[in-house]
Amino acid sequence: MQISDIKVGDELPSRDHDATNLSLFLYNAAIWNGHRIHYDETYAKEGEGHPGIVIDGPLQGDWLSQCPLNWVGEDGQLLSFNYSNRQASMIGDTLTSGGKVTEIDLATREVTVELFIKNAQGEITTPGGAKVRFNK
Amino acid sequence: MALLTDEHRAAIGTKSKPVSVEVSRRDIIKYSVATEQQQPRYNKGDEAPPLFVFGLFTNIPPLNSYRPDGIPRGGGGGLKLPLKRVMAGGTEFRQHRPIRPGDKLTGSSTLTDLYEKQGRTGPLIFTVREFNVTTESGEPVIDEISTTIAR
Repeated sequence: MQISDIKVGDELPSRDHDATNLSLFLYNAAIWNGHRIHYDETYAKEGEGHPGIVIDGPLQGDWLSQCPLNWVGEDGQLLSFNYSNRQASMIGDTLTSGGKVTEIDLATREVTVELFIKNAQGEITTPGGAKVRFNK
Repeated sequence: MALLTDEHRAAIGTKSKPVSVEVSRRDIIKYSVATEQQQPRYNKGDEAPPLFVFGLFTNIPPLNSYRPDGIPRGGGGGLKLPLKRVMAGGTEFRQHRPIRPGDKLTGSSTLTDLYEKQGRTGPLIFTVREFNVTTESGEPVIDEISTTIAR
């Protein structure tokens, strides 16, 4: 893929994400995060009043960053990225990442995309955006 | 409202002591597997996914210094907030070049803002930090601005 193939409004491939006890355990071990809301269901509910085990906000940020990374693949690089966790999600919630092209700069070969993570109810829980530069 | 005192606000601008880390291929692979990366360069550990940096500089204090909620004491950079339940807010970052195995990186964090807002379920305190990652020679790698929310 090169920048001349891309149009404003093009959709990035969407992807479903289902966090599990295992994936959250491994993620929190990898980032060395001991916060019990991410692996101790009793504590998450009784200690902090969550309806279940909370999916880490930064993990959803990572899933969101993968949307442009997988779209661009080896044909470019990620320059900048932003996301905001607006609503908590729990294990059992299927989340879907996706996005679309909002701006194309042919001179710099930079493309701006708008990104989202939605829950099964269609609510955007984590909006974001990114800028990528294509190699050609 | 007014949970934040002048003493809290005086901390704005405080810079943390720089921390140095060496990036290992194995740590990149662990992170890539846990986050279900799809690009082979990440799963092979040749390059770190951009958000790998999130856990790269985490403080690893002795086990007895963790609070009952699983977060280490004093993790707020010396900042003692009147609200204790901490959630991730948002992050924006700029990547100057990818992180690779063997990189020796230095990270330092600056508290850039601290403010309170009334949320749906009560007061919220927003802590904004800028995190700068460079190579040993000072070449920029990643600049990140992140917000955490205490409720």
